[in-house]
Amino acid sequence: MNIAYSTELICFLILSAVIVAGSLAVVLLENIVYSAFILGGVFMAVAGLYLLLNASFVAAAQILVYVGAVNVLILFAIMLVNKKEKLTSIEGLKTRKLISSGVCGGLLILLLRVSITTKWNLPGPTSIGEEATERIGEHLFTDYLLPFELASILLLMAMIGAIVLARREVSIPTDDINVLKNKKSLSDKKIPLLSENSLK
Amino acid sequence: MLENSIGPVPLQAYLIVAAFLFCTGVWGLINSRNAVRVLMSIELMLNAVNINLMSFSSYIDGSIIRGQVFSIFVITVAAAEAAVGLAILLSLYRNRVTIDMESFNLLKW
Repeated sequence: MNIAYSTELICFLILSAVIVAGSLAVVLLENIVYSAFILGGVFMAVAGLYLLLNASFVAAAQILVYVGAVNVLILFAIMLVNKKEKLTSIEGLKTRKLISSGVCGGLLILLLRVSITTKWNLPGPTSIGEEATERIGEHLFTDYLLPFELASILLLMAMIGAIVLARREVSIPTDDINVLKNKKSLSDKKIPLLSENSLK
Repeated sequence: MLENSIGPVPLQAYLIVAAFLFCTGVWGLINSRNAVRVLMSIELMLNAVNINLMSFSSYIDGSIIRGQVFSIFVITVAAAEAAVGLAILLSLYRNRVTIDMESFNLLKW
């Protein structure tokens, strides 16, 4: 085992420990502001895993989109709706937590069993490594051109939808409308534009 | 099995981390009462799917890397979903002054 192998192994162990502990903290912490910041850490650790998998472009996209956009958006939403409210207790909440824990644990065991016992077709073709960015560009402009254009339409729709949904309804007070209607009568009153004192 | 991989980290290790992340996201999705935390759990689940796609793309499909292209599309859809979801959350908060998931029961029968 040379030094590159051990470095990769140590990096993987640290990143996966950060991901596991961080995801648990995101779900379990009481203060949601801490959860949002830890979520940014989890996104960074996932980007580190992408770097270990020879995918530098997707790692950069992950940091730009998730840490730079989605996490900041979540923080702003927390800031806008942050109200200390007393949650009314509901009967059956403990039961629901227990049952959902059982279901999620069962799902985890099932996924672990599938991923370990399946005979994956390994080793595959050798990884192209640093040429991955060029290959992604070729894919996006040849055989994945239609999904690429549809993604741009989807982003446009999401932008318009977010603006329409989050816009606050502004009602013009009726006095202002009357003022607009009576503009002519205002000009008839010969109100001077500048007061006489300012002219001197 | 675990022995026939090239690098020091086998493919299964990435799959195990992704499975744990996904299950944590599902648990948080069911049990959160804060609506923002539900959106955060959805982001965790999408990240788990992305880790799966990227590890398969690197270990099994190393020369064509279709998985990386797919994960870029997943990141795009996740960004759109976060924007629309938080906008819906803001307008919900404006109408009924709470973000408790248990009080959003208009569609309950």
